[in-house]
Amino acid sequence: MPKNPALIFLAAFLVNNILLIRYIGLCPFFGVSTSLNTAFGMSAAVLFVMLLAAWVTWFVFHLVLLPLNLVFLRTAAFILVIATLVQFVEMFLKKSYRALYSAMGIYLPLITTNCAILAVTFLNIDYRYNLLQATIFALGTGLGFALVIILFSALRERLDYAPITRSLRGYPIAFIAASLVSLAFLGFVGLFGLSL
Amino acid sequence: MDWLIIIKSILSLGGLGLILGLILAIAYAKLAVKPNPQEEAIRQILPGANCGACGFPGCDVYAEKVAKGEVAPNFCLFGGPEVARQIGKILGKEVTLKESQVAVLICRGGKNECKERFIYDGGGDCRQAYVLFGGNKSCVFGCVGLGHCASVCPFGAIRMNENRLPVIDEKKCTGCGICVRECPKHTLMLLPRRKLVYLACVSHDKGKDVKNVCSVGCTACNLCVKVCPYNALQMVDNLPLMDFNKCTDCGICYAKCPTKSYVDRAKARPYAIITTACNGCGECVKVCQFKAIEGEIGKRHRVITEKCIGCGECFKVCPLRAITMAGALGHQVKTA
Repeated sequence: MPKNPALIFLAAFLVNNILLIRYIGLCPFFGVSTSLNTAFGMSAAVLFVMLLAAWVTWFVFHLVLLPLNLVFLRTAAFILVIATLVQFVEMFLKKSYRALYSAMGIYLPLITTNCAILAVTFLNIDYRYNLLQATIFALGTGLGFALVIILFSALRERLDYAPITRSLRGYPIAFIAASLVSLAFLGFVGLFGLSL
Repeated sequence: MDWLIIIKSILSLGGLGLILGLILAIAYAKLAVKPNPQEEAIRQILPGANCGACGFPGCDVYAEKVAKGEVAPNFCLFGGPEVARQIGKILGKEVTLKESQVAVLICRGGKNECKERFIYDGGGDCRQAYVLFGGNKSCVFGCVGLGHCASVCPFGAIRMNENRLPVIDEKKCTGCGICVRECPKHTLMLLPRRKLVYLACVSHDKGKDVKNVCSVGCTACNLCVKVCPYNALQMVDNLPLMDFNKCTDCGICYAKCPTKSYVDRAKARPYAIITTACNGCGECVKVCQFKAIEGEIGKRHRVITEKCIGCGECFKVCPLRAITMAGALGHQVKTA
């Protein structure tokens, strides 16, 4: 795994894109990519929560689980921490930053248990990243998520009008389209010597 | 079995859960947002249609803004004056009312009047047809006629007729302007509700080109501009532009227009009657643009009711006040 911050970012953003290459976080990818507006809201919420979750879980892992030799508990502990964090942040935003709260809307509580968030926190540990590297990784992954979901929502708005065989309309053609976009993203492999 | 690790797991995870739960409980108590009672009350009064005519995403947001005093309470067009008054009562403020508006179609070219250029079989709504050469009507300015406005109207005030033109139910229309914003051809506009006469054509083409494609399109013949007694019309870019402040809704332009491009919303128009006080001065004959008054000089004149459109020009010039406008119900409708 790359240690250079720029390369960590690029790897997370394009080469190992969380949606198209790792194929993690498919529920929001197909659920809210139907229009550009919802895609923007979702991306903003994911990016925000991903960064916060990466920080908090890094501390929980390195200060609680690792010293106590309880690494196997990380799934349960992380879900607990992330869920609490999102609840807390939602309350805080509602009280203090009403505009931000209404901009993110329903997507903030929705991604509490999003697999993409959990995946980032696990990968941070698997790759043995320090706090700075974990932050950059979460930022890259979140932006990669936003890039793909926004691109794909534009694609799906067009798909609505395309003459598609009835049996393939809706989710089937969306999955096929996603796989083709994914193939296109495979072209980034090898960029600056970054592998899958 | 290593009992220690089990106990450690239970304690750490349980402790973590306990601490986080406590944090949430405290946060809930500290950060709870108390709903504003005024906001709640205002939200109850608002219609809840979430039409967005006020300019905010929905009734909830508008209620919040009004309660904070950031915006005036008269923005709700659906609720109208009644809702504005009630909100004003809650806030203890005086309310000025907004002029009520109604959406009108400013194109009369249905499929009978404006021939189709090609067969459009694409389905979907106007926006989609618009992308393809601007729709299949021969007139590139006119209504596409696939009913996008009818589908976006939150009040069900618009339906499509057999002539592929939208018909707006003025009783249901709240003047929210959603259809006006959504129409890809801009063939809808908001008209003040009191206004009766308007031009229903948006074609900026030259007269001959309009005539070739549409039988009711404005050919920019300039007749309405000449006949208007109030100088309310001005020819701009091949369309007569109406100055609503000068226009009195007399209906002369509507009656004179050779292509019938104007629309008169009045349900009935009055007509003139000349009483016995008439001394036959002939002033009324001079101003009548419809040759609806006949009679010899010095004798009592007579109105030809079939020709009279009720513009009221003769009524204004009669020095003896011998002319009355009968059946003025049409003017009653106007002020309502």
